[in-house]
Amino acid sequence: MPLISAHAKPVASAHLPEHPKDSPLSIHDLTVAYHRKPVIWDIDLNIPEGSLVGIVGPNGAGKSTLLKACLELIPKTSGLINVYGQPYQKQRHLVGYVPQRESVDWDFPISALDVVAMGTYRRLGWFKKVGKKERAKARKAMEQVGIGEYADRQISQLSGGQQQRVFLARALVQDAQLYFMDEPFAAVDAATEQAIVELLKDLRSQGKTCIVVHHDLATVSKYFDWLILLNMRVVAAGPTKEVFTRENLHKTYGGKLDLLDSASLALAQS
Amino acid sequence: MLETITDVLFLKDHNTRVVVISVMLLGVSSGIIGAFLLLRKRSLMGDVLSHATLPGIGIAFILMTLMGFSGKWLPGLLLGAAISGIVGLLTMLAIRSTTRLRDDAAMGFVLSVFFGLGVAVLGMVQKMPGANAAGLESFIYGKTASMVFQDALLIGGVALVTSIVAILLKKEFTLICFDDGYASSQGWPVVLLDVVMLALVTAVTVIGLQAVGLILIIAFLIIPATAARFWTHRLDYMLLLSALIGALSGWLGAAFSGIFSNMPAGAIIVVVAASIFLISMFFGTARGVVPRLRDQARLKRRVGRQHLLRAAFEILEKQPGPITNVPVSRASLFAHRTWSPREFGRFMARAFAEDHLEPSAPDTVLLSESGFGEAARITRNHRLWELYLIRHADVAASHVDRDADMVEHILGAEIVRKLEQELGPEIGIPQSPHRI
Repeated sequence: MPLISAHAKPVASAHLPEHPKDSPLSIHDLTVAYHRKPVIWDIDLNIPEGSLVGIVGPNGAGKSTLLKACLELIPKTSGLINVYGQPYQKQRHLVGYVPQRESVDWDFPISALDVVAMGTYRRLGWFKKVGKKERAKARKAMEQVGIGEYADRQISQLSGGQQQRVFLARALVQDAQLYFMDEPFAAVDAATEQAIVELLKDLRSQGKTCIVVHHDLATVSKYFDWLILLNMRVVAAGPTKEVFTRENLHKTYGGKLDLLDSASLALAQS
Repeated sequence: MLETITDVLFLKDHNTRVVVISVMLLGVSSGIIGAFLLLRKRSLMGDVLSHATLPGIGIAFILMTLMGFSGKWLPGLLLGAAISGIVGLLTMLAIRSTTRLRDDAAMGFVLSVFFGLGVAVLGMVQKMPGANAAGLESFIYGKTASMVFQDALLIGGVALVTSIVAILLKKEFTLICFDDGYASSQGWPVVLLDVVMLALVTAVTVIGLQAVGLILIIAFLIIPATAARFWTHRLDYMLLLSALIGALSGWLGAAFSGIFSNMPAGAIIVVVAASIFLISMFFGTARGVVPRLRDQARLKRRVGRQHLLRAAFEILEKQPGPITNVPVSRASLFAHRTWSPREFGRFMARAFAEDHLEPSAPDTVLLSESGFGEAARITRNHRLWELYLIRHADVAASHVDRDADMVEHILGAEIVRKLEQELGPEIGIPQSPHRI
């Protein structure tokens, strides 16, 4: 572990109340329980603006739960979540969401373009139909993630990676400041992985913040500049180079960090 | 007789015209709303709802009779039906959320218990002094013959309104059907939209009771939508087709039960809709069985043809000396790949028919001029693709043949041109990157 220079940002959790208003996402004492059994407890986080944030942890650590709680898709048992200093209901227009690919039925009778255009629905409001402007926007987002030519395909005729990019394009259309992405790298091809990485960097350069549930430890330090290690509680959170340590990983994964992961981790750090 | 049939079918008969039109509108409405119900994966909820309406009909009859009105006033009966249908749905939801029973068990329980209750109530009604309950049981199987002008107006009007509401909410319904989590993250009131959708289903079910009957109304909700899905991948067309199928079934059902008074409309509607469903299942252009089998057979033929020609080329390539106009033995062709004698024979016959191969000596064949050109082209594409996989997709040379095999058969001219650009100056036929 290299010595951290004095310029490095302090670990955020140590300075909780400092600038919560500027933070794209600040979480205080969040606990979420299913049927009285807590899934995540006492989460405290302050995400710095303009960063690519990875969430890693073993299966069942509550990574998706954390995301869904932030988006108010599941009720929280206690705690406070603020998006740019305000409750989520007031800030929906600032937030884009990329759900897990398996969460929907890809056999649905709809074209890729129509799915991407769903990102404009909120702004359109009730009863209004998707028009030329919305379609053009959706097309542009699809080109941005490299699937422009598949706009009119039915979604079941796309590969897994292309489907994932449809979801990303839909979030892009929302033109948000803060993006939540649930396992966008899960089971995608190399080209899609590359396209997502480019997109993340592009978003960061525009000052946007992305919070990404991730599962591949080998790429963590390459992709993310901020990291949350989660296993029902936050084991560590902060700049990747500070918190992505063997010790923290063992605390997070316990005995579940298998040989292969350790090996790839060693490779990534060497 | 023939004249009566055409008169009724083409709505010349004034008595049935309004009835038939209202049942057609009901078909349109249930076609559209049923499509959303299907896409929301809640078809069986419609079944629970319809069965749960029966006690409400009986109870409404009793109440209206006790209050001194006619017990058969349709709006009153339908209101009772709607209330008890909703109570049935709520019971199901309550069972599901308070116990650990699964959906199917909760549905089966509510459906049968409410229906049983309804039959019991109707039994009691028959014994009620001074009440004329004859005909109430027609709500079970449906009877268009019992519909009067006002009934038809009510049914047609509600069908029209529900269709319009569903179409107005198309965007919102599509969103929650496809991805309710995303919808909710965007602030759409998913629960409210679900309630509206179920309200529409309730309305259609209830107005369908008299014409179609509570047992068969579920068919009216599900079958047109499932049949339509076989023809298209686009929701707009699916809704349109579903509405049309619903209308057609409703028209024929109502018309025929007008002609043959013993034929319940519901049964005819289901038979018509099911026939359309069967045709769609087999011949539907988007996902019907026959087009799919045909595509598979076509691909298999194309792949076989390409394999055969490439095999011939590769055999010739390995031989010393000139490679054009040299006969190839059938045995070496057969041994070049693993194929069954039967399919080998079929591919050979096809190649003869296409003039790519011609028999020379009894045991050998000759590539014709066009056959040789085709074989060279196919081999080249295969090798280009292999090289691409090795150089750009990191596929091991030992695995490349199999992967190339799968994709090359669908390579278009555009991709081949891109491959040529990608791989630079190798204009001829590249060497195979692996042992053949």
